Amino acid sequence: HLATSLPLPSERDHLRPRIDLVVFMIDIKSKYSLKNVETSLAYVDASFFLGKVCFLVTGVGRVNACSIEMNAICKLGETYCSPVLFCELELEGIRVATAQRLVRMLGICAGHIPGVSALSFVSLMRMSDDD
Amino acid sequence: EKADPQKTAFLLRKAWTLYSVTPLYGFRRARLRDYARLLGAFIAAEKQKGLAVEVGVELDIKVALSSLAELRGSELDQAALLVQLSSRSRASSRNSEDKPVWLGWFCSVFGDDLSENVPEHFTCLPLFLSHGAESYTSLVGSWFQKTFDCCFRRLAISPLNLSWMVAMWAGCKLDRAASAVELLFSVPRLSQPLDISYAIHPEDAKALWDTVQKTPGEITQEEVDVFMDCLYAHFHRHFKIHLSAAKLVKVSTAVVSAHCDGIVKILHGQYLPGVLMLLTELAISQIQ
Repeated sequence: HLATSLPLPSERDHLRPRIDLVVFMIDIKSKYSLKNVETSLAYVDASFFLGKVCFLVTGVGRVNACSIEMNAICKLGETYCSPVLFCELELEGIRVATAQRLVRMLGICAGHIPGVSALSFVSLMRMSDDD
Repeated sequence: EKADPQKTAFLLRKAWTLYSVTPLYGFRRARLRDYARLLGAFIAAEKQKGLAVEVGVELDIKVALSSLAELRGSELDQAALLVQLSSRSRASSRNSEDKPVWLGWFCSVFGDDLSENVPEHFTCLPLFLSHGAESYTSLVGSWFQKTFDCCFRRLAISPLNLSWMVAMWAGCKLDRAASAVELLFSVPRLSQPLDISYAIHPEDAKALWDTVQKTPGEITQEEVDVFMDCLYAHFHRHFKIHLSAAKLVKVSTAVVSAHCDGIVKILHGQYLPGVLMLLTELAISQIQ
């Protein structure tokens, strides 16, 4: 399910399936996309931040078109304890690999992988912080 | 370092194409005359080969290399290196004036980040600016690359860095009436390309920047963000367009105008060192 911002329209709440993973997409060429994500984050229930949220930064192939400072994005990931993935949608190989990663993450978040839960992502983040 | 305004006046009000250059190996200041001769011979040879710059025009290209000690940030920087190409038509008399045809210069203004880590025999002049035909630029560039084992790359300026330039110099106090601060945006992903030009009265820009900047002489990323966000918010209020979703392509202030393709024009000599310092930093980060 794709949405340009949050909150989702309440009219369809009863029809909506359970949400297992929220991926916030930030286009490095658009400052607006970062602002949009920051505003939308406020509408996400706190329980999602236990591994069911991730940030996907797109457009990283074009460093020269950068409108967002990298520090701001890393700080966002740290503040919300969620992983930050980088990709370049214009390159098919990277696009496919990123999609596969997201599907794997989704499988874990939905509880389809025995022995691994969304909380694993949080502890992975914590470990790299301590390094 | 106060540069003599006369010596650097020729740099102003010209459109310079920017390049980053890796350190030059085996460059010796004492040999400038030799280098000029060799470069001149190289250019003549390339023209003979048929890689002529202008077909059918009989032109002798004369090369002059000189140092400009005034153009540097500190004593740790190398003095700037100037390359001038001038032409003398063979048809005219021997005493006719040489016509300047192309101008390029290498410089480093507070480029310590690069020069302090570089081994012996390397000369650091990371910023290269050229004015004139692209064909001459590529001839001169090839010769330098072959002779000093260095690498030239076009220096692009990201929207992030263009925003810094606006914030740094929109609020500058200038003696004469300052020109408007202009931001040019290009809107992506439309069937017809759309450019948006946003002009701000220099007094308003300065007033806004003065409320944002906390410590005079110091600028932080947050202050630049707040400044730009105010400009975007103002535009959105009037036109319902989010400029932050568009690509900032060109900025113009009274001090400097810069295009994301790496083309700058410096308009005021007083801020020349400051502009060159920022451009040197951009060149160094492209190299590293």
